[in-house]
Formats: sequence, structure tokens, C-alpha cells
Amino acid sequence: MALYSEKVMDHFRNPRNVGEIPDADGIGEVGNARCGDIMKIYLKIKDGIIEDVKFNTFGCGSAIASSSMATELIKGKPLSQALELTNKAVAEALDGLPAHKMHCSVLAEEAIRAAIKDYYDKNGIEYDKSLFPEPDEDHEIHED
Amino acid sequence: MERKVYADNAATTAMSRTAIEAMLPYLDGIYGNPSSLYSLGQRAKEALEGARADIAACLGAQANEIYFTSCGSESDNQAIRSAAHLGALKGKKHIISTAFEHHAVLHTLDRLKREEGFEVTLLDVHRGGVVRPEEVQAAIRPDTCLVTVMFANNEIGTVQPIAEIGAVCRAAGVTFHTDAVQAAGHIPVNVAEQNIDMLSISAHKFHGPKGVGALYCRRGVRLLPFIDGGAQERGRRAGTENVAGICAMAAALKEACANMNANAAKLTKLRDRIVAELTKIPHSKLNGDMARHLPGTINMCFEGIEGEGLLLYLDDMGICASSGSACTSGSLDPSHVLLAIGLPHEVAHGSLRISLSEYNTEEDADHIIKCVPEVVEKLRAMSPVWKEMERGEKQHII
Repeated sequence: MALYSEKVMDHFRNPRNVGEIPDADGIGEVGNARCGDIMKIYLKIKDGIIEDVKFNTFGCGSAIASSSMATELIKGKPLSQALELTNKAVAEALDGLPAHKMHCSVLAEEAIRAAIKDYYDKNGIEYDKSLFPEPDEDHEIHED
Repeated sequence: MERKVYADNAATTAMSRTAIEAMLPYLDGIYGNPSSLYSLGQRAKEALEGARADIAACLGAQANEIYFTSCGSESDNQAIRSAAHLGALKGKKHIISTAFEHHAVLHTLDRLKREEGFEVTLLDVHRGGVVRPEEVQAAIRPDTCLVTVMFANNEIGTVQPIAEIGAVCRAAGVTFHTDAVQAAGHIPVNVAEQNIDMLSISAHKFHGPKGVGALYCRRGVRLLPFIDGGAQERGRRAGTENVAGICAMAAALKEACANMNANAAKLTKLRDRIVAELTKIPHSKLNGDMARHLPGTINMCFEGIEGEGLLLYLDDMGICASSGSACTSGSLDPSHVLLAIGLPHEVAHGSLRISLSEYNTEEDADHIIKCVPEVVEKLRAMSPVWKEMERGEKQHII
């Protein structure tokens, strides 16, 4: 299918890191079912390193592929590095997304941030609040 | 290699051998312009008029009531604009339609509203996806110039009480147009018996070629031109006629109408078998009143999943189908048709339309019955929405 790159189709067909972590240290959920995408990221964190990450996604092919790729990109990485992950990096790692699907990569970035924030909040870890802007409810605007 | 199952016949159909054969002489040989007076042109003209007579016969019309166009959307645009502009001349600027029309109708009405001050009443299609003739009656006002209600819905397949709505309009003296793009060649259409003033059809929905359609306009109902230019189509539609396409459309429609009963019987059997199996999937919903339905169309929703993923996985298994999810509609909202029958957004995102043709087989149905539940399960297994519902943290809607 020419709609998506081979990379997107690979991550859609064989998504990596699907599932839940029952004793997760941080959980982030973004999107809403009304708009047709929800992404939920689970993190297992030890000594500031993301030891394990899992996701569950309700959404289109590129939402599933973006979740899969984003989790691959942060697995085994320090939190500081995971916080630097941008939606552009996710899209580039997938060899690009169609313009009207870029919001899927935004959701992936936001879900990871939300999960890290949840970890910080649960553990009373101080952090720079400017790193965690409120998730953009109207994520569609990123597409153009 | 997986088998290929084409189950998106409401989007377009494969051309029939008969239709292909009917077009070839006019691509290769009889290429004259039907407006030319030498014999090469006149042979094309004869073919054109033969096709017109054949199409008229299939629809219960007279040949001089058929106008060839480039597609169903053009037919819809012309019919609506013509009736609207003729109405406006008499100070009538109110149009009645329904919430689940094709965009060729809805967007034309929107423009008339926005740019020319028309008032549009969109009737409710209720949970079953069927318009009520008494509600058409109640909506008619002294300034109503047009009622346009589709014959059969393209997404959910429900067939409308067209003859009854036509009778209501005829009695009130209001022009009645119907977009019969999904109906022609599939279920009985007879403009005379069904009180239809204007009707749109499109060749590629009944195994004809793409890029050709027709508009029926009853004698006595004026039709304004939509494309200005030459005197083709008795001055109602300029532009050299697509002779090959028109001949193929006529051949395809004749063939579809001749085999209508046999095709419908076969399709209904296939459809009902697929429906019986797929509705066993927990928290699924069949859309549209099945008592008033096209023989080959199935529309279902599966809770907790999104339609695009469903289509992509099905494509991997060789199945071509469609969905009314936002991702496939190219906007943030799911299909207006599914919303019009009262489905919540969350549910409408998980829709699947399977539309069969007589070319589908029992083996195709087997493949659909095997693959759809697998794919639904695969998507649900990674859906946070589905998991919350299964854990009881969130209520199932369907």
C-alpha cells in the first residue's frame, strides 16, 4: 500500500512492545476515543533508565506504528533522553508519515511525556514544569 | 498466496466482460464524433441513441428523458442546481433532503445555502437509516422547490420508501430527485411507477466504466444546463459525448437488470451468511434496517477498535473493504451517515463496510468470515479502550 512507508507497515503489522506493565512506574494516556485515537504508555524505570516500556493504542495504522516506534526509541534510554524525543524523530524513524497522519507521532511524544511526568509525580521527584506543557487536546492542528 | 476478495463494490465494481466488449468498437474503429454528419460520426450517434433507449428501458423512462453525464456526482449537482434555480425564479428557496445523503448532494446543498440563501431541511433517518414519507410530507412548505432523497444509502445499504416519497411530492407539486447510484442495476428502479422526477445513476457501480453517468429528467420537468457549450444532449449538457463509456454503461445496466433477481438471491444468501457469523463477534452491531436493504451491503461496528487498522490488516489478508472511521474519511469526524443513525463517535470509528457483487463466491464469504474476527481480536488485544471495557472500568456501548 502506497499510503504508508514500508517501515510504518512493518511496525503496524508487527508492533513492538505491545502490552501493559502491571507494576508500571509511570503511565501516560493521551488522545480520546471520540477523535479516534488513544495511546497509553507504561514505563518501568530503574536508576533513571527506562528498563521496559509497553503500549496499548486505539487508533489507525499510523497511530499503532508511531507507538511501536516511539517505544523502541526510548527503551533502555535514560529519562533525560526520552524527554528529548520529538514527534519529528518518531516520524523520521518511520521513514515519514503522510501529512494528515503527523498527529499520530505527536500523540506518541505526548504519551511518553505524560508517562514520565506520572513517574515524577508518583515519586515526588522535582522537575522543570516547562518540560511538560498540557497535552494539546486539538492535536490535529499539527498536521499542516 | 492469500486469496483476493474484492468486497468494496459500493465504492466501485469490476467491469463486466459485456461492458468491456461494448466499449471496444468505439475506442478502436468507430471513433467519430456523434455530432459529425459523415457516416463515421453517424455510426457513433446511432450507438449513443441506442444506449439512451436501453438505459431508458431499464429505468422505466423514455429515451428523451435520459441525459448523459460524466458521473453520479455531476448528475446530482445538475439536478439539484437546476431545480433550485428554477424554484428561486418563483421565489421558492426551500429544499428538503436527508442527513445521510452522499456528499455530492450535501455539499451542493451547503453551497446553495451559503452562497444563494437557500433554506435546507435535512430529515432524520432514524436508527434504522430509513426516511419516513410522512416526515417528508410534514416538511413540505409553500416555498419548497425540491425534495432530494437517495434511493439506497451507500454506506449502510438501507433502501428508502422512494415510491411513497415520490407520491407525497407529486401530490404537493414539488420536484422529486433521487440519487439512485447504489440502487440502479441492483434493485428495481422504475421512474414512472415510483413517481420520480429526476434520478442520478453512475455506470461504475453496476460493472460499467468509471467517468460516465446519467441523469433522468421527466418530460415536463425543466432541466437547466450545468456545462455550457455545444448543443449535445439537447442543449442540457455540452461536451462531446463519451460514446464508448456510454455504450458500456448501457450494456452493463441491461445485463444487471436482466440478472437482477438471480444476483439479488445469490447476494442475499452470501450477505446473510456473513452477517450471521460476524454478528457473533461480541460487542458488534449491524447497522441499518435489514428488512429494507440492498442485497450486497453489510455495515457493522466493532467496539474498541478503529476502522483504518481493520482495513489495513484485512488488506494484508487479501480483503478489500471500507470503513467510516475518521482516519478513512480524512477528517476528525467519522462518517456522517453513521452519526446520522445515532451512533456515538467512538462506535462509528470502528465501522466496517463489506459490499458484495455477484462476482463474489461462497469461498469469498468463508474468507471474510475467517479473517474479520481474527483482525478484530488482534486490534482489541492492543486497544486501551477495549481493555478498560473488559475490566469493567468503562461501560460497553454496544
